[in-house]
Amino acid sequence: MTSGGIRPDGIKPAFFKRAAMAAAAVAGALFTGMALANPKPGQLNMTRGVTEWSSEPYFLNNVALGVCVVIGVLVFGAMFIAMFRFRKSRGAVAEKWSHNTMLEIVWTTIPVIILIVLAYLATGGLTSFADTTGSQMTVKVTGYQWKWRYDYVDYQGKAIDKVGFMSKLDDQSNDTRQLGSGLDPNAVKADGEQTYLLDVDKPLVVPVDTKIRFVITADDVIHSWWVPALGWKIDAIPGIVNAAWANIKTPGTYRGQCAELCGQDHGFMPIVVKAVSKEDFAKWLAEQQKPAAAAPAADASAGASASATAPAAPTKG
Amino acid sequence: MAHAATHDHHDDHHGAPTNFFTRWCMSTNHKDIGTLYLIFSLAAFFVGGSFAMVIRAELFKPGMQLVQPYFFNEMTTMHALVMIFGAIMPAFVGLGNWMIPLMIGAPDMALPRMNNLSFWILPFAFALLLSTLFMPGGSPAGGWTMYPPLSLQTGSLAYAVFAIHLMGISSIMGAINIIATILNMRAPGMDLLKMPVFVWSWLITAFLLIAVMPVLAGAVTMLLTDKYFGTSFFNAAGGGDPVLYQHIFWFFGHPEVYIMILPAFGIISEIVPTFARKPIFGYKAMVFAIAAIAFLSFIVWAHHMFAVGLPLGAEIFFMYATMLISVPTGIKVFNWVSTMWGGSMTFETPMLFAIAFIILFTIGGFSGLMLALVPADFQYHDTYFVVAHFHYVLVTGAAFAIMAATYYWLPKWTGHMYSETWGKVHFWSSVISVNVLFFPQHFLGLAGMPRRIPDYNVAFANFNMISSIGGFWFGASQLIFLGVIIHAVWFSKKKATDRVWEGAKGLEWTVPSPAPFHTFELPPVIRDEELAHGHVED
Ligand code: HEM
Ligand SMILES: [Cu+2]
Ligand SMILES: [Cu+2]
Repeated sequence: MTSGGIRPDGIKPAFFKRAAMAAAAVAGALFTGMALANPKPGQLNMTRGVTEWSSEPYFLNNVALGVCVVIGVLVFGAMFIAMFRFRKSRGAVAEKWSHNTMLEIVWTTIPVIILIVLAYLATGGLTSFADTTGSQMTVKVTGYQWKWRYDYVDYQGKAIDKVGFMSKLDDQSNDTRQLGSGLDPNAVKADGEQTYLLDVDKPLVVPVDTKIRFVITADDVIHSWWVPALGWKIDAIPGIVNAAWANIKTPGTYRGQCAELCGQDHGFMPIVVKAVSKEDFAKWLAEQQKPAAAAPAADASAGASASATAPAAPTKG
Repeated sequence: MAHAATHDHHDDHHGAPTNFFTRWCMSTNHKDIGTLYLIFSLAAFFVGGSFAMVIRAELFKPGMQLVQPYFFNEMTTMHALVMIFGAIMPAFVGLGNWMIPLMIGAPDMALPRMNNLSFWILPFAFALLLSTLFMPGGSPAGGWTMYPPLSLQTGSLAYAVFAIHLMGISSIMGAINIIATILNMRAPGMDLLKMPVFVWSWLITAFLLIAVMPVLAGAVTMLLTDKYFGTSFFNAAGGGDPVLYQHIFWFFGHPEVYIMILPAFGIISEIVPTFARKPIFGYKAMVFAIAAIAFLSFIVWAHHMFAVGLPLGAEIFFMYATMLISVPTGIKVFNWVSTMWGGSMTFETPMLFAIAFIILFTIGGFSGLMLALVPADFQYHDTYFVVAHFHYVLVTGAAFAIMAATYYWLPKWTGHMYSETWGKVHFWSSVISVNVLFFPQHFLGLAGMPRRIPDYNVAFANFNMISSIGGFWFGASQLIFLGVIIHAVWFSKKKATDRVWEGAKGLEWTVPSPAPFHTFELPPVIRDEELAHGHVED
């Protein structure tokens, strides 16, 4: 069972832990765990996500939704009873009162108490999100109209030199999304997943079980970097560097999109994060660093496959 | 001046000029100007609605079928601007113009000539704004929020900025007029705490308008100088800060959303007691809640900016302040329900819309509360969940209240009853379709669909199609609304009585239907039992 890898951090009440585990187990069983957090047809709720922190928004969402449903049932229920009981056609005669101090005190106090509880829970989640210290890896993310650039800054205390690349919409999606292309969005697939507008030429590859600090900025206009499975989005703003962190617990491919309107192709700059085991990541990283040494050889083959892939490596190497 | 007019029109009781141009273009009459505002707003509602139909048609299924992405962005931007500044706000000003003098026993607005000017600026402002659609390079397409640096890439920015300046001037003049009227022109005996809640809600809204429209004007002027005069307010490369714009914009923007809902609260607080035949529950609490919401609306603006990377302390402050707003909002909802409890209710079209408002606006309030929780907002922000939220509060909130008000006061305006059957058809068609349209958008947002995108992954296909069907249906339903209004104005044979509704109370129901061209030329004698709320102590 792949969901075994998911461990909500220790601060949640036990009932939630169990609920989350159960939900994750069901989702894991249905979708083989790897694709745990990508959108599903007919999906009704947020997913728990795959990081140490991503249960926070999920948990708050569910609690707040539950609170709203309960209040809604009470208030709308009272209203429907009133509409049924106090209709003129049933001979109801209007009463004259327009006050009830006791009631008014009650329905001011109870919401305040509920809000305090919600605020307490939310503050906890926010504080843990804000703590980007102790990260084992740093990735710099830069938004461009209309693609992303990823630069690997350091990993396990060592600076990484010249590993960085552009990541843009995959060609198949790009051909299909042209106005009147006549191509079927359902036909856009990668590894059996329907990836229309959610795939890129070169994903961001990261290790699992590693606290990764993302430093996020933009080059032209404001973008927003969002992978729902990581539990947050944060704006990429020119001239400002934002920071956030994620510690991914389950290997898999997680898809997201730019979430801040950034011009005509705002809908066409997806994000793909591929989380792999630490060993695989070490191998991948070594490979990325190689072309720098063997620049002339790599040049020829790189040019053919991924055009926007490797400006950093060959040119500076 | 109102008293002088009494003599001029001594013989001609109705006194409206017969010349079309003089009557409508040079009008200083609050009723005619109110009518102009309402017609303008209805026209804008259909223009903005047609943009929405383009949006929903493109989003009907995955793949790009109809428009280029840039044009799609023009549509989302213009849809919002037209609906906010053209449909919702002028509708409330029109209702205020028509009803405030009638409700407080004043002969007209305090500043009738300025009233004419505030209206007649609007058609020019919108001509300017809409003309950008036909320009090479197109209209603004950076969203109604016009965040730089993106908005600075728009060729037609200057036109949009000047249009916003004009709308702002119009709103500020309208607000000054309303404040002057309410504070100075009340009939003797109409104490502040005997005023209808609708009048209270407009008094408070008018202060909000005066406070924040200049802020918006400042923000867009800074965009203008950044683009054309080499300043760097929002340009990081020149030492500016793009986030500064967002702070200024939302300092306007959040009070702005309350400008669009407080008069709606007022309307619902008039309609529910009328059809429950029971006085409003907790009058003072209602007024106080509106004032509290207005005050809080100034200290919550950054809840639109939780994802820009605010410092932890700021996120916490704005989260708590935002959550606090649900307390007075909740009080209002509880009071409406309590007004119904123990009443003797009938369900004519205005009441149906009012009841739908209470339920559906509250659903929008619930999602608002969820959005206020910062960690959850990291997920919700800029997704269809937010789109669902603000359409519940704005369409089933503000727009439904405007429709309720139209049905409620139409007999007073025209002297004829509208068709109750077709009014109900309009109601049921609208209330069902609007939920088909917006409810699935919650799911889309939760599943990860960003807002303001022209195309999407196939996983989002089913709910988008449902939403689009609801959209076309809701759009078509509004043609029924148009039909009901046209019928009531020109064709209805059924005469309205002065009181119109059995349970109606207040000065506006003491004048004939249709309300004559001039009313309350002599201040009415106020009898407390005739007012909806005649007892200050309560
Ligand atoms: C209980 C009361 C409310 C709360 C707590 C609340 C909270 C929020 C929050 C936190 C957001 C930002 C969401 C995001 O972008 O991530 C938001 C957006 C919005 N709200 Fe509300 N809201 C409330 C009532 C209203 C009302 C009454 C209106 C208007 C009549 C309104 C109109 C809007 C609009 C238009 C937006 C989107 C603005 C944009 O980004 O274009 N809200 N609300
Ligand atoms: Cu974007
Ligand atoms: Cu707000």
